[in-house]
Amino acid sequence: MNEFVQSLRLWFAPQRIRAEGETPDYRFSLANERTFLAWIRTALALIGGGFAVDQFLPELSWGVRAGLALALLAAGVLCALRAVNHWVRCERAMRRGEDLPVSRFPTLLSVAVAVVAVAMVVVVLFGWEGR
Amino acid sequence: MTAEERDPGLQPERTRLAWRRTTLSCTVAAVLAVRQTLHAGATSAGVVALSLSALAWVGFLWVANRRVQRMGGARPEPMGVGGAVTAAACVVALAVLAAFMLF
Repeated sequence: MNEFVQSLRLWFAPQRIRAEGETPDYRFSLANERTFLAWIRTALALIGGGFAVDQFLPELSWGVRAGLALALLAAGVLCALRAVNHWVRCERAMRRGEDLPVSRFPTLLSVAVAVVAVAMVVVVLFGWEGR
Repeated sequence: MTAEERDPGLQPERTRLAWRRTTLSCTVAAVLAVRQTLHAGATSAGVVALSLSALAWVGFLWVANRRVQRMGGARPEPMGVGGAVTAAACVVALAVLAAFMLF
């Protein structure tokens, strides 16, 4: 958690990251930027999924639909915030010449997506279609 | 001279295309927001939320375009923290407005 607060400070004091260590090979920075963008796309896909659940599954009851949509949207928000956090931490580690940070976020996200998928299968199979 | 300047791994090109893909994803989310508002019957609250979503979409496009234009050189500068935070903030705004539109 302390780690998170530290990197959060970097978000809003961008000059601080430039002050640390040496500028890494530009290719590493660009690769880090593309990883950041891949996470942003994941966030956007989750948000799109949230819209899609609400718009394309009208036969579901309102509660189930809103719950699933909100879960996907919340996952999208987490994913976007985490994208910035991970990018900042990687950038700082590269400047300092440290190992890149490890993270359990990909596992958590996979588990969450799997749970939503299983929930969808159950909802569709057993049909909580009544309004 | 130009042969020396070009990155043999085309890293700036790949990064530029990554930004393009991401703006496309953002546009898909924005279009779904339009569909959501129309579906809900375009109430005044819905239209306000949609306008704010459009603003977030334009903000994202602005950041992406600024960054893509910096990719022209052989050795682009690393992305600034401000750009990353703005792009993520636009995505978060889209999600929060989407949640608002559900109700």
